[in-house]
Amino acid sequence: MSDDGGPTNVGTRFDRLPATAAERTVSGRATREAVLAFWANRYGIDRAVFADHSFWERGAGKLWVFRDDIDSPAEVQGLGMTVLRTRQEHWKPTLEATQRFGRHATRNCIRLPQSAAEQFLAGRDQSLDWDGDWGYLLVTHELAGDPEPLGVGLYVHGELRSMVPKGRRREL
Amino acid sequence: MSMLDRYEPLVDDPDRFRAACRRPLPHAVRVNSIKSSVARAETALTDAGIAHERADWHPRLFRLPEDQPGANWPYVHGWLHGQEEVSVLPATVLSPEPGERVWDACAAPGSKTTQLAALMNDTGLVVGTDANVGRIAPLRSNAERLGVTNLAITHEDARNHSLRPFDGTPYDRALVDVPCSCEGTVRKNSDVLEEWSLDRIEGASGVQRGILRRAVEVTREGGTVVYSTCTFAPEENEAVLDFVLGKRSCRLVDFDIPLDHTPGVTEWQGDTFDPAVRRAKRIYPHQNDTGGFFCAKLEVTGS
Repeated sequence: MSDDGGPTNVGTRFDRLPATAAERTVSGRATREAVLAFWANRYGIDRAVFADHSFWERGAGKLWVFRDDIDSPAEVQGLGMTVLRTRQEHWKPTLEATQRFGRHATRNCIRLPQSAAEQFLAGRDQSLDWDGDWGYLLVTHELAGDPEPLGVGLYVHGELRSMVPKGRRREL
Repeated sequence: MSMLDRYEPLVDDPDRFRAACRRPLPHAVRVNSIKSSVARAETALTDAGIAHERADWHPRLFRLPEDQPGANWPYVHGWLHGQEEVSVLPATVLSPEPGERVWDACAAPGSKTTQLAALMNDTGLVVGTDANVGRIAPLRSNAERLGVTNLAITHEDARNHSLRPFDGTPYDRALVDVPCSCEGTVRKNSDVLEEWSLDRIEGASGVQRGILRRAVEVTREGGTVVYSTCTFAPEENEAVLDFVLGKRSCRLVDFDIPLDHTPGVTEWQGDTFDPAVRRAKRIYPHQNDTGGFFCAKLEVTGS
């Protein structure tokens, strides 16, 4: 039970996000509306991109995106892919969701030349100029002739910090 | 090579069979259509300086004669998945349609699971089950890298698979690519020769029967189940089919594959099997220069 007497998040279980704040029963849980608004407002990804997907929380603030819908809570060990880290001031997209949905983004995307993309993939931070918003940016680079979303970087104080998880880092 | 001696009576050319089993297997990658076209993946391989040749029998398969699959840009983006060439066969034979409900009974590490998801354009539902908790994380990781969002993962013994999280609704199709003695992978892992034992084969066979039986139970009437192994032992192949044909309402159906193969065997070491097992396909390493494989297609007929 939370302070207000309502149910709390069960970290080991998949619970579907409520549609809106009015339907929220678990304190601090993100809503579907807020998730769609986040992608639309920060990255320009149209809400229609996620029309056929459901969103779930398992782990504190860890959201998952699933193409189908099943009964909640779901007694399963995986449901689609991790999509966002919430329950923190600035929500952070995952590398996997960036690669899967990032091609629909129209803003807060930073395109790296190949050598910088290699540094980023290896997990290294780098100084570079960016005159847009600070915060989490979708990082792209050119692959087979077109820009391709690669992962998430945190831009602050003239530096792009690689958020590539350890298990996904590579030295190419 | 006592294990291979055992199968000489079954193969058309024992010398070529033995020689092929001793040759290493080239690496291969499957192009993941959720994230890339074949043309873009091929351009990316070329740009990365990775020698590649397209397999003539499957449009999304490239052989990499000189490289490992993992350390290049198209792999990092989930455009490619390292997968043994012949192992793309069972999902191809199952041929799920977009929007369907499909069960992968033995899913980890997810090569075939993610291939099913791609064939379905990442729509509908794939339920991927694995009994080994240590293999759930690799399954999830591979699915995420390949951009799969239509996959629900369950950790359970497939013999007791529960439909409860999924409304109790039966599946349209099921893939039963069971744990086996892996004799057919001898070209990439010679340990299978040292670890081989008849006890192992008989133990595997019992589990395989239970999993295939459950797959037929949870698939709708008219639905399709594909059974496959990467082993030669009839105990793990035709004997498993024979068992399930006698226990559940299903039949073996004919199917075509673009690889040389021989039909399933109806007799083995004094046992005889239902003549329908000839509809299964045995693939020996010398026939197509691949690993060894076994594949059968069943239709659920209802009681």
